[in-house]
Amino acid sequence: MQYATSLLPTTSNPVLRWLSNTLYRKNNLFLFLLLTPPLLWFGVVYLGSLFALLWQSFYTFDSFSMSVSNDLTLDNYRALFDATNLDIILRTLSMAITVTLACACIAFPIAYYMTRYGSRAERGFFYIAVMLPMWASYIVKTYAWTVILSQEGILYWGINHLGLSSALNHVLQLPAVGGNTLATSNLGRFMVFTYIWLPFMILPIQAALERVPTNLLQASADLGARPAQTFRKVLFPLVFPGVVAGSIFTFSLTLGDYIIPQLIGPSGLFIGTMVYTMQGSIGNMPLAAAFTVVPIVLIFIYLALAKRAGAFDAL
Amino acid sequence: MVVAVEFSAVSRHYGVGDKVVKAVDDVTISVAEGEFFSMLGPSGSGKTTCLRLIAGFEQPSLGSIKIFGKEAAGTPPYEREVNTVFQDYALFPHMNVLDNVAYGLHVKGVAKPEALKRAEQALEQVALAEYGKRRPGELSGGQRQRVALARALVNQPRVLLLDEPLGALDLKLREQMQLELKTLHKKLGITFIYVTHDQGEALSMSDRVAVFNRGRIEQVDSPRNLYSLPKTSFVADFVGTSNIIGSELAQQITDSNQPFSIRPEHINIYDNQKNVMKVTGEVADIQYHGATSKVEVAVNSQLLAMVLSNTENTEAQLPKIGQKLTLCWPQSRMVML
Amino acid sequence: MLYKIKQSNIKMRFKSKANNDQSPTWLKTLAYGGLVFLHFPIVFILINAFVAHDGNNTYLTLKWFSAAFAREDVMSAIALSLKVASVATLLALVMGTMAAAALYRRNFFGKEAITTMLILPIALPGIITGIALLSAMNILKIDPGFWTIVVSHATFCVVMIYNNVVARFRRMPHSLVEASMDLGADGFMTFRRIILPQLATALLAGALLAFALSFDELIVTIFTAGHEITLPIWLLNQLARPRDAAITNVVAMMVMLITAIPIIAAHYLTRGTESIAGSGK
Repeated sequence: MQYATSLLPTTSNPVLRWLSNTLYRKNNLFLFLLLTPPLLWFGVVYLGSLFALLWQSFYTFDSFSMSVSNDLTLDNYRALFDATNLDIILRTLSMAITVTLACACIAFPIAYYMTRYGSRAERGFFYIAVMLPMWASYIVKTYAWTVILSQEGILYWGINHLGLSSALNHVLQLPAVGGNTLATSNLGRFMVFTYIWLPFMILPIQAALERVPTNLLQASADLGARPAQTFRKVLFPLVFPGVVAGSIFTFSLTLGDYIIPQLIGPSGLFIGTMVYTMQGSIGNMPLAAAFTVVPIVLIFIYLALAKRAGAFDAL
Repeated sequence: MVVAVEFSAVSRHYGVGDKVVKAVDDVTISVAEGEFFSMLGPSGSGKTTCLRLIAGFEQPSLGSIKIFGKEAAGTPPYEREVNTVFQDYALFPHMNVLDNVAYGLHVKGVAKPEALKRAEQALEQVALAEYGKRRPGELSGGQRQRVALARALVNQPRVLLLDEPLGALDLKLREQMQLELKTLHKKLGITFIYVTHDQGEALSMSDRVAVFNRGRIEQVDSPRNLYSLPKTSFVADFVGTSNIIGSELAQQITDSNQPFSIRPEHINIYDNQKNVMKVTGEVADIQYHGATSKVEVAVNSQLLAMVLSNTENTEAQLPKIGQKLTLCWPQSRMVML
Repeated sequence: MLYKIKQSNIKMRFKSKANNDQSPTWLKTLAYGGLVFLHFPIVFILINAFVAHDGNNTYLTLKWFSAAFAREDVMSAIALSLKVASVATLLALVMGTMAAAALYRRNFFGKEAITTMLILPIALPGIITGIALLSAMNILKIDPGFWTIVVSHATFCVVMIYNNVVARFRRMPHSLVEASMDLGADGFMTFRRIILPQLATALLAGALLAFALSFDELIVTIFTAGHEITLPIWLLNQLARPRDAAITNVVAMMVMLITAIPIIAAHYLTRGTESIAGSGK
């Protein structure tokens, strides 16, 4: 009986203790209390705003008086299919697709080299070296490119020194690609987009490559496949979902951007710049709101396609 | 006799509607103060849930649990006079060993020097006095186990709950710890409630054992009675090994269709003994187990196992595979199911 | 931006085996060429911050730094961005941790919807989040300013904290909480003495990432800032003033450092935490 006098807790503040006991007994109340602040914030502030935006896309904009009235209409959505607006959508979409393809082509060798051939230290180095530019300030990177691409910039300087300026001029005269200078050409815009979103493509591919067991490649070689065949028949199909996963980012990020198209490239509008101009200088919030639905729809279509390619398991 | 823990028709259900899982189903037991009580059963049989109900980590769906006569439902774990040794030890990784052991005293408001002094004593008790400054991550499995024990005991609980505490240890260490736990139990005189799926462990340590199966209790008894007088075929099979004879074969042997069980070590080779039950079959397999050999005899389509001593029989004297063999056993050793 | 979230708690999951194969030279060239491409604009900014032209001479100098620090508009933009990032991070810490604590163990109807909702502000293009908040502000007649920036930033920072904390919660054996209560600590004491120390590095890492994210945010901020000028907005405005380029370079470099340091710190904070958390078998 030497242990009959057990210690019972005595110290805690009685109010806190009562609260603690209540929350312990009423587990659901505890859950409710924990979830209420974040749910209120997201439900009211965020979802509320999204619905406000969606709702405004049905308002009427009177282009005569430049004012918005609360009469509901589908005109804004109809306006999306005007030739000029359709042009904007197609221009943005084609840029998003080109950038995605370019990112995949540049990212794959980097990811492949670091996972398959890099030493342990080298792989760590590559990982940090890819992660840092990804996180580095978006506006600073864009700013750097405006300087690099300018006519007094380092790129022109290098091209002139290599005696390639006439070649560049030829390229800049091509239709769809060109422009007056690099900084005002689609080529320049494409380069900046590719640069900014490239890390978002490298890392998913790298992750997908890491997941391929080395013995699968050995088995393929053992069964008589040459390296190129192993790559085509074994490695690439296994890594493809990773490529698609990366493409989700490059695609949707390009689609929604409105800073880069403003700063670099020819004057034609992008979806993002259109939205920005419509709500800002023109004050046509209803059309701007309707325009935001376009990237949302395109992204959801893309996500559905990506899901079928198994990209979600590769994230 | 003071009752330490009493379950009256306790059930614990999870889920709703069609998907209700009855983890504990109508369990009634009472554990006396000072008893070494084991809960034995395969995984998922409800033994751990019962322990967690006593500790207060779960609340019963139905029924009542009394700890020293006081209704425990609704009392949170920190207001119960029980302490737990966890299966994964659950040592706090951000504290050193001494702080781990002193934690329970700290949170109950014992002054720091006093708490540390008692924690040191508790560590001494488990022969880890020099390890106080180490982190749990720097200890071996066996040492962590002792720290977990010291951490629980320093609170002077009236009931100590042990959830498969030796499960992660290797065989030699496990046997050593079994002995130490038993010694500790005698020394402290408090109630131990011990959950295990290892029947050998339960039999060798406990005063009484409750055998769990699918959330229900099959039998509560002393180890000796569990082994020699199993009440159900599950107990006969789970505790030690048994030959369970179904009604068809029983009819052929005993002229009654009452099923029964018979332990392999009680079966002999028939040699004109008197007053025995006997049956003839064909030797299907012989397995060498060091001190003994296990002989499996096929009777109809059922295998009966018997054990022969290797010290009394040379290899040549053992039966051969394919040989006809008549087995017998004293009627008194049969357990009717 | 979504992938940053993903990366925020992905460890370097490299095969332990060393790669022995010799790589083809062309592949190695391509890979390192890619790295050069990724870093050349950043290095360019870093160098430019220290370079001055004087007639035909080009030399290294620190004078742009003192010039930048003397500029009131620079300093007030930095101060505003630091303030916004701190407050937004604090709000996100509270909400992200609450959401993580509520969601990590229990399964209930609507849980998926809640986690999706937390990710949404960062999964949708920033322009949508920005314009949505702006339209709500218009309807409610809220004037944009410091607090609207904070609200918009906190909205997309929550998921940063949530992701880090929920990952740590999942790695923390629940038996630690039970053990603490078993030993006599009530909910609050258990939170303070067991859960909080376990979460500490995850909270810090999440906070650092959220801070970096907020400090650098431009796309949403433009819509919610009104006349306030955060550092990224200041930089954007500077692009129209090429004569001021020297100052811009210095500020750009500082922005880079202020975001890079927390990122690297967060990366090291969350490395190899698996082995610390589990003390059992």
